[in-house]
Amino acid sequence: MRLILMLLIPLFLTSVALAQESADVPTESERSTTGGATTLEDILARQRGEKVDNRYRSDNTGQGNAEGLLGQLGTRGVASDSDVYRAIRYGSADTTVSSKGPAAGVLIQDGGMWWLNFRTGPLREYGTYILGGMAAIIVLFFLIRGKIRIDGEKTGRTVTRFNGFERFGHWLFAGSFLVLGLTGLLTLYGRDFLIPLFGKEGFATIAQGCKWLHNNLAWAFMLGLIIVTVNWIAHNIPNRVDLKWLAAGGGLFTKGSHPPARKFNAGQKVIFWACILLGVSISLSGLSLLFPFELPMFAKTFSVANSTGIPQMFGLNLPTQMSPQEEMQYAQVWHVMIAYVFIAIIIAHIYLGSVGMEGAFDAMGTGEVEEQWAREHHSLWLEEVQEKGASKAAASPAE
Amino acid sequence: MKAFLAAVAVMVVITVAAPYALQQVGFSAAEAGTGSAVRLD
Repeated sequence: MRLILMLLIPLFLTSVALAQESADVPTESERSTTGGATTLEDILARQRGEKVDNRYRSDNTGQGNAEGLLGQLGTRGVASDSDVYRAIRYGSADTTVSSKGPAAGVLIQDGGMWWLNFRTGPLREYGTYILGGMAAIIVLFFLIRGKIRIDGEKTGRTVTRFNGFERFGHWLFAGSFLVLGLTGLLTLYGRDFLIPLFGKEGFATIAQGCKWLHNNLAWAFMLGLIIVTVNWIAHNIPNRVDLKWLAAGGGLFTKGSHPPARKFNAGQKVIFWACILLGVSISLSGLSLLFPFELPMFAKTFSVANSTGIPQMFGLNLPTQMSPQEEMQYAQVWHVMIAYVFIAIIIAHIYLGSVGMEGAFDAMGTGEVEEQWAREHHSLWLEEVQEKGASKAAASPAE
Repeated sequence: MKAFLAAVAVMVVITVAAPYALQQVGFSAAEAGTGSAVRLD
C-alpha cells in the first residue's frame, strides 16, 4: 500500500504541475480580456525562454497597411501607434525609405537578440568544445602512439611527391586558411579576451585590422580552393584500395603496419573532400557576408530542406520567411559553425603532416620524399612512379 | 620553399588589390549601402 502511495503521489504532483504549466499559456478568450494585448503569462513565458505564439500581434496590425501608416504625421484616425509599430515590426508595413538596399526598409528587426545570444552563448561554447576536443585527441594520440617513424632503413634516394604548382596551391589554400582562422577567432573571442589586455581602443584597432584582413584575404583562399580542387580531384576518387586502408586503420594505430595506398590514402581523401565541401560552404556564406543583403541563401535553402520533410523529423520547422538582416545572421552563424569543424580537421592534418609523422613534411616542404617513406605510406603510388621512370628511361636510352 | 614564398607573395598581392578592385567595379560599402538621396558627395 505504501509502495502504491509512493507511486501515486509523484504522479499527482506531476499532473498538478502540468496543469499549472498549461494554465500559464493564455487562451484566446483570456487574451480577449486584455483587449487582445500581451498578457502577464506571455511576458512570464518569454522570460522563461519559452516560445510564445506571436500571431496575436503579428496578425493584428491595424485595419490594413495603408490605414496604419497614412496618419503617421497627422491624426491617428482608425489606427493606433501600436498598430503602426506592430506592422513595422512584423514586416507588413509598406515603408518607403531614401536609403538603398533591401535591408533599409526594415525599421524594426527583433531577431538580432536571438542571434547575439546564440553567437556569444552556445555557438562559442560548443565550438570551443570541438577545438579543445580535437586538441585533446591529438595529445592523447601522441602519448599513446608517439611520432610515426619510418620503420625500414632509409635509402637516401628521394621521389618527387608534389611539383611546384601543387605545393603553391596547397600553401595558398593553407596559408590563407590559417590567417582567416586566426582573424576569425580573434573577432569571435577578442571582445572578451583582448579588451582586458589591450583596452577598448587597442582592441578596436585589432578588430578593424582583423576584419580588413579577413575580408580581403578571403579571395586568396577561394583561389587556393580552386587550384587544390583542380590539381587533386582526380587522385581523390574513392576506390577499393581505400577500404583495405581503412580496415587496417591506416596503420596509424599499429607499429609496422603499412596498408597499400596510391597517391592519396583514404585518410587523406577524407581530409581532401572535407576541405572541398567545407571550403565551398564557408566561401558561399562568406560571400554572402562580404556583400551584405546581395546574396541571401537561407530562406531558399530552408524551403528546400523543409520540402524533404527531414527537419520536421527532428522537430524543426525551418523559417522560410525572413528579413534581410535575419539572412545575414544565419549566414554568420553557419560561417562560424563550418569554421569550427574546418579548423578542427586542419589541426589534425597539420599534426600528421608535421610533428606527427617522420618525413611527411618534406612532401610539402621540398616536394621530395624519402623513397622508404613513400614505400611505407604510398606503396602503389611509388610503384607507378618507378614504372613510369623505368619506361621513360627505356624510351630515351643514354647515348 | 619557393612554392611557399610564392603563395605568401600572391596572398599579399590579392589582399592589397582586392579592396581597390571591388571599389572599381562598384562594390564598395558606400556604393552598396546608400542612395543618391543620402550621399554627401
